[in-house]
Amino acid sequence: MTKFIKGNEAVVIGALYAGADVYFGYPITPASEIAHAAADWFPALGREFLQAECETASINMMFGAAAAGKLAITATSGPGMSLMQEGLSYMAGAELPGVIVNIMRAGPGLGNVYPEQADYNQAVKGGGHGNYQCVVLAPASIQEMCDFTQRAFALSCKYRTPAIVLSDGLLGQMMENLILPQSIMPRPDLQAWAVAGTAETRKNLVSSIFLNAPEQELHNQRLQAKYDSMRPDAAHETYLCEDAEVVLVCYGISSRIARTAAETLRSEGVKAGVFRPITLNPFPAEALCKTLVGRKALAVELSCGQFRDDLLMHLAKEGKRYQEVALVNHMGGIVMSVEEIVAAAKKLR
Amino acid sequence: MITKQTLGMYKVFTRGGDATRATHYCAGCGHGIINKLISEALAEMGLQDKAIMVGPVGCGVFGYYYWDCGNISAAHGRAHAVATGVNRVLHDSVVLSYQGDGDLGAIGFNNAFQAASRGEHFAAFFVNNATYGMTGGQMAPTTLLGMETLTSPLGRSAQHDGYPLHVCEVFNQLAGPVYIERVSVADSTRILKAKKAIRKAIEIQRDKKGYAFVEIIAPCPTNMAIDAIKSAEFCMTVMEKEFPLHCFRDKSAEALPREEAPTPPDINTFFAADQTLDVPAALTDDSFGEVRLKFSGFGGQGILSLGHLVADAARLERRFTSWFPTYGPEQRGGAAACSVVISGKPIGSPSVDTPDVLVCMNQPSYEKFVGSVVPGGTVIVDATVTRTIEPPAGVKLVVMPAIDLSTQLGMPKAANTLMLAALSKYGVSRLKRESLLTIMANNFRKKPAFAEKNLALFEAGEKSVANT
Ligand SMILES: Cc1ncc(C[n+]2csc(CCOP(=O)(O)OP(=O)(O)O)c2C)c(N)n1
Repeated sequence: MTKFIKGNEAVVIGALYAGADVYFGYPITPASEIAHAAADWFPALGREFLQAECETASINMMFGAAAAGKLAITATSGPGMSLMQEGLSYMAGAELPGVIVNIMRAGPGLGNVYPEQADYNQAVKGGGHGNYQCVVLAPASIQEMCDFTQRAFALSCKYRTPAIVLSDGLLGQMMENLILPQSIMPRPDLQAWAVAGTAETRKNLVSSIFLNAPEQELHNQRLQAKYDSMRPDAAHETYLCEDAEVVLVCYGISSRIARTAAETLRSEGVKAGVFRPITLNPFPAEALCKTLVGRKALAVELSCGQFRDDLLMHLAKEGKRYQEVALVNHMGGIVMSVEEIVAAAKKLR
Repeated sequence: MITKQTLGMYKVFTRGGDATRATHYCAGCGHGIINKLISEALAEMGLQDKAIMVGPVGCGVFGYYYWDCGNISAAHGRAHAVATGVNRVLHDSVVLSYQGDGDLGAIGFNNAFQAASRGEHFAAFFVNNATYGMTGGQMAPTTLLGMETLTSPLGRSAQHDGYPLHVCEVFNQLAGPVYIERVSVADSTRILKAKKAIRKAIEIQRDKKGYAFVEIIAPCPTNMAIDAIKSAEFCMTVMEKEFPLHCFRDKSAEALPREEAPTPPDINTFFAADQTLDVPAALTDDSFGEVRLKFSGFGGQGILSLGHLVADAARLERRFTSWFPTYGPEQRGGAAACSVVISGKPIGSPSVDTPDVLVCMNQPSYEKFVGSVVPGGTVIVDATVTRTIEPPAGVKLVVMPAIDLSTQLGMPKAANTLMLAALSKYGVSRLKRESLLTIMANNFRKKPAFAEKNLALFEAGEKSVANT
């Protein structure tokens, strides 16, 4: 079955086919269509939908539903994402799964409602207090808005940490063809730790408290080991990279524009390719380092260089080398044009 | 405090570290008594398997050392939101929240207020000790006027700090709660009454009747810097003046148990039934290249649906297709625009900044976009637009009297159909006429009269184009 729908609606279809039990959320442009579709489809399919009083409430309701062993999802944009950082830290500390969709808009502060990718560090580096990480997936099409929402549930349950689908206003608002999943994903068994109001789970406790410092350190070490163990799930995509002299490195919507730019560059005699991380955490660092060897690199992002700086970190840490990574970007809700990328790439030669 | 095994509590408090038989509460603290009353009630009603306690941050944070039931430890102030999350997905459990006056009355007040207003299905136990116990005795929303605390060293002043918050009285303004009562644990008579109230709140959960709120006045000798007896006296003589013990509401007899939703349909059947166009996925076709279109005009002229129709026709022909609207405040200014890309391969940028085809139904959008059309491209513009600016060199201009003609033919709201006719006649979308008409017919399938009229309009449009 196919449907021509908005990215925001595709998220809800992904969640439903992932077996999500409940949606909690508070309206915000450009993410509101997720709440609208969820309000229609969750109850119609016997799932729960609740409009929360604020994003702090949404994420804590997620905490409760996840603690109860159920699959919960919420969606928001920058200002709401900031409010959710408290709950994300608690969920990570208590090792609870759940999916948070961030349809990024321009900031800081209220900013505006147009696409930006400036919540990169917030998503990838934790965002709230403490040493924790979320799984972060970056879709670039309507199909992926659906598929990655499903994957986010799977990874979130596998690693018992929140998963963020990091998207933006353009992907949220645009329509493309979606091939619907064929069946609902198998339900993970969460009863070993959940507090489900049953005799079997009566002994269980969901908490992020370790009063004793050595125990808290041990908990942190276990969390870090768990985050390290996520690496095999790192995913990326390359386009026209085999013989490329310039590689455009970008994720999400920027990678769509970069694709067109790479084709244009090739038609003008510059061998360009695109490296696109699909998971921003775990980051496909090994693949990035290999792909960039002997090539010029240009980061394409809708933020100030947060992503480029992270690439430098991965190249240094994983590839043990310093490599120049140039930057072409926009901020404030302006999407870069193909021509701008082409011009920036040509300068590198 | 050394306890014998209390009904409903663990025998040894292994979660509490070294002191496995003593609670962590100070001598004379009300929390210990309240913890005990709750666990006894759960045990006596045989509800420990079903019970889920959502604990606070505050002196009650370690309740999970003692309560032999499911335990969830919430962030400071968030127990009502967390308990909402639990009860929304587990209708058969007995959900309880336990919070102090800072936790519920200050940082988490709106979460509590809103949950109470929604009439969530859980029992809330609210411990009012007039102070922030856990953090060493700062001022709470319930601190009495004149009371000295670490953060009101000269005594709480109404002018500077405002007045004590009466949570029961505030919640009693809400329609949501089934039961609201304020009790105390300052002496044995009061403890018996408190126990009854706690039981009632739990019974309401067992019977799935809705939200129950019990405020419990509790002594805090440590932070009041007085002994246990004086602290209890303070509760009875001073606190009860400000916070009278009272049952504010009890609708437990008339409240109806929550109803369960009927069995839902199968998910595939559900999505198949929504009648949106279901076509096979796109095919790669390098010979097709790409057409980038922009549709623009005022909201209400059917600009977005025109773009959508063209996109659906492209899907019908198994082209890769994207549609992207202007949104947010841009669209509220009355302007409407959308980008449509039709391609023989997966689409890169879905935002059309330099269109091959520009369809323009009003003056401002003509002025805004006409300069961006690529050489070799086409502008289709309504005849009412004064062309103050000429299109760039090499761009073909098509003037369509869509607004006038549709008004003449009695369908002023269907001017977009005439723009579609022009688009079709000039072949600039590279889509077949019959694909466009198939989608148009499908869009009007529930209004056959409209379908016919629009087809007639479309044909009139084609003729009008032929005549220019
Ligand atoms: C976000 C946040 N802010 C502040 C704190 C510190 N804190 C812990 S408990 C508490 C107040 C507890 O007072 P109350 O809710 O009245 O409970 P009591 O200890 O008196 O039972 C505060 C401010 C925290 N844990 N989290």
